[in-house]
Amino acid sequence: MAMKIGEKPFFDRVDDALENDFMRNAMASAQDRLRDKKLDATERDDEIGDWEEWRSAGEEIRRHTLENLDYYLDQLSENFAAKGGHVYFAKTAEDANRYIQEVARKKDAKHVTKSKSMVTEEIGLNEALEDVGCHVHETDLAEYILQVDDTDRPSHIVVPSLHKNKEQIRDTFKSKAGYTGTEEPSELTAFARSQLRDVFLEADIGITGCNFAVAESGSISLATNEGNANMVTSYPDTQITVMGMERLVPTWDELDVLINLLSRSAVGQKITTYVTNLTPGVEEDCVDAPKEFHLVILDAGRSNALGTEFQSALHCIRCAACVNVCPVYRQIGGHAYGSIYQGPIGAVLSPILGGYEEYGELPYASSLCAACTEACPVKIPLHEQLIRHRENYVAEQGKPKAGEKLSMKAFGIGASTPSLFQIAVKGAPTFLKPFVKDGSISNGPGPMKPWTAIREFPAPGKDNFRSWFKEHKRGRK
Amino acid sequence: MKVSLFVTCLGELFYQDVAKDVVEVLERLGCEVDLPKGQICCGQPAYNSGYRKDAQKAAKQMIASFEDSEYIVTPSGSCAGMFKEYPGMFKEDKEWQDRAQAVADRTYEFTQFIVNVLGVEDVGAAYTARATYHTSCHMMRLLKEKEAPFKLLENVKGLELLPLENSYDCCGFGGTFAVKMVPISEQMVDEKVRHVEESTADVLIAADGGCLMNIKGRIDRKGKPIEVKHIAQILNSRA
Ligand code: SF4
Repeated sequence: MAMKIGEKPFFDRVDDALENDFMRNAMASAQDRLRDKKLDATERDDEIGDWEEWRSAGEEIRRHTLENLDYYLDQLSENFAAKGGHVYFAKTAEDANRYIQEVARKKDAKHVTKSKSMVTEEIGLNEALEDVGCHVHETDLAEYILQVDDTDRPSHIVVPSLHKNKEQIRDTFKSKAGYTGTEEPSELTAFARSQLRDVFLEADIGITGCNFAVAESGSISLATNEGNANMVTSYPDTQITVMGMERLVPTWDELDVLINLLSRSAVGQKITTYVTNLTPGVEEDCVDAPKEFHLVILDAGRSNALGTEFQSALHCIRCAACVNVCPVYRQIGGHAYGSIYQGPIGAVLSPILGGYEEYGELPYASSLCAACTEACPVKIPLHEQLIRHRENYVAEQGKPKAGEKLSMKAFGIGASTPSLFQIAVKGAPTFLKPFVKDGSISNGPGPMKPWTAIREFPAPGKDNFRSWFKEHKRGRK
Repeated sequence: MKVSLFVTCLGELFYQDVAKDVVEVLERLGCEVDLPKGQICCGQPAYNSGYRKDAQKAAKQMIASFEDSEYIVTPSGSCAGMFKEYPGMFKEDKEWQDRAQAVADRTYEFTQFIVNVLGVEDVGAAYTARATYHTSCHMMRLLKEKEAPFKLLENVKGLELLPLENSYDCCGFGGTFAVKMVPISEQMVDEKVRHVEESTADVLIAADGGCLMNIKGRIDRKGKPIEVKHIAQILNSRA
């Protein structure tokens, strides 16, 4: 599955990440910068008014849309088809790829340009197209860099090449694309632009993702900063847009609210440089629009969440605000999540889309600090959903360690039987005495081991608080 | 005013001195403190690990222990936050849900109770030190209490309160996270300790036993000369 990144087990990926000092410094400073810019554009900006009200509006729009998903999907596809577009509902990633391969075959396509395509990354579209003889060209700068670097994978849902710095990009361009310049960002960008110019002109098909689709008019909307999506959607005669089935809004009014939430939450911009809205159907003499427009609406596991406590995970507008405040992501970066969806939303979404077998560990890769929930512009209770995943993992699908199950059972009994608890409280000092040195425990027994591997464990206090309390009360009378 | 103390399992096992300070401060502020007998642990370790059934057992025990209390006060933002989760844990059981709600509504974290219920911002404490304060995640985000501890600390004589860089970032405790994800937790607590050092404070103060245990454990392991204190210890200090 293309959503998956790397073959190593979770803890090996974490170790790799933790050894990569460069990446970790880059993550930390990018987080600080993005978080600060976001706060400037949301909570500290007078123009936008009360940010909490915006969040509530966003949440309400997303809830309403998802609760009436069938209705709006029908409306979208009817309107899209009525204007001459082709709509295809793909149940699985394979379905989507097969449909798109078919279009490519019919068009005898050699070159495909792409933009804004996290969802095509999810389904592994590039490989599928290469299988039918197409050259696929990523045109967004970050995606282009990853592609030049032998298809490195994204590490962030908004800034996919966050884990690379300009020196690394220079080296990649030098060794793999014949670049001869410096690490100056403007020079690097100019190089990418010159490389891409011809590609835009020769493309047979343009493929994009979709930030939102507007049901009332059958349009798709793309928020971009580089403008490459406009090149991708205006040169080739055939356009294909792939969207997750949840990414739609009822009308233009809601689009307005969500675009505001998206650009401010993602990178702290009031609005992105381009907001491109496209509807199928062109007038006779129009030269810069595709003649054929396909909309692939993708399920690929999303309906697993419908009607469950995870439904609100589908409210996500992929702004990465949660990723940008996550203290775990800060330390391990995006690749360690093993999914193209990283951070808190990745830990919630990946098991929904890809199952617990593959992604069961991710919900545990969180300290439940709730920074994500606080940041989310559409108020998804991310940390609560991580707990729900853990419950499911324990109850049905997963295989928690027998020892853990047993100790939690014991916990349940201990925590509901006061007499047992008191025995434990009274017994702890004696039991732990052999391990106590200079007032703390450096090398704890059994379940304390992982704690004391890196920290001291406190020695149990000598007094019994309840006895003290009784005495104290008596003294006060 | 009658106050029932939820001392917490950490308070009972490791931090009896903190628990005593809590009692003394509350009494000095005119509260009559009792210690409901059946109380044990709030159930958070099981709940957060996905063992809802086992956590429900703990929750029922706590609800039964505290439902006659007028106010429930605890020296841990995280445990107070857990009480607020109780109603959500009994969605299929109306009776327990109502009982849980009644308890949740009367539960306060220690500093929150002093400032918001008793209306006191100066408890007359004196403690001379350069200190910084760790804003625990659960207190800040689940309990939504951001100000009470600062209001109280600002009025402690002799205390110089220094800002803590990236104070909003979790210290890496997260209950079982600290032992399940040791390498990640280690990096998080190290970053926290680094920021504490950079603040140049001699004392780190917090209002949550879990965070304190984690940060202090790491500070001690690394042999750093920084003291770690629960806010009740500061508020119960006299010149
Ligand atoms: S979960 Fe919320 S914060 Fe995270 S990417 Fe989605 S919308 Fe943004």
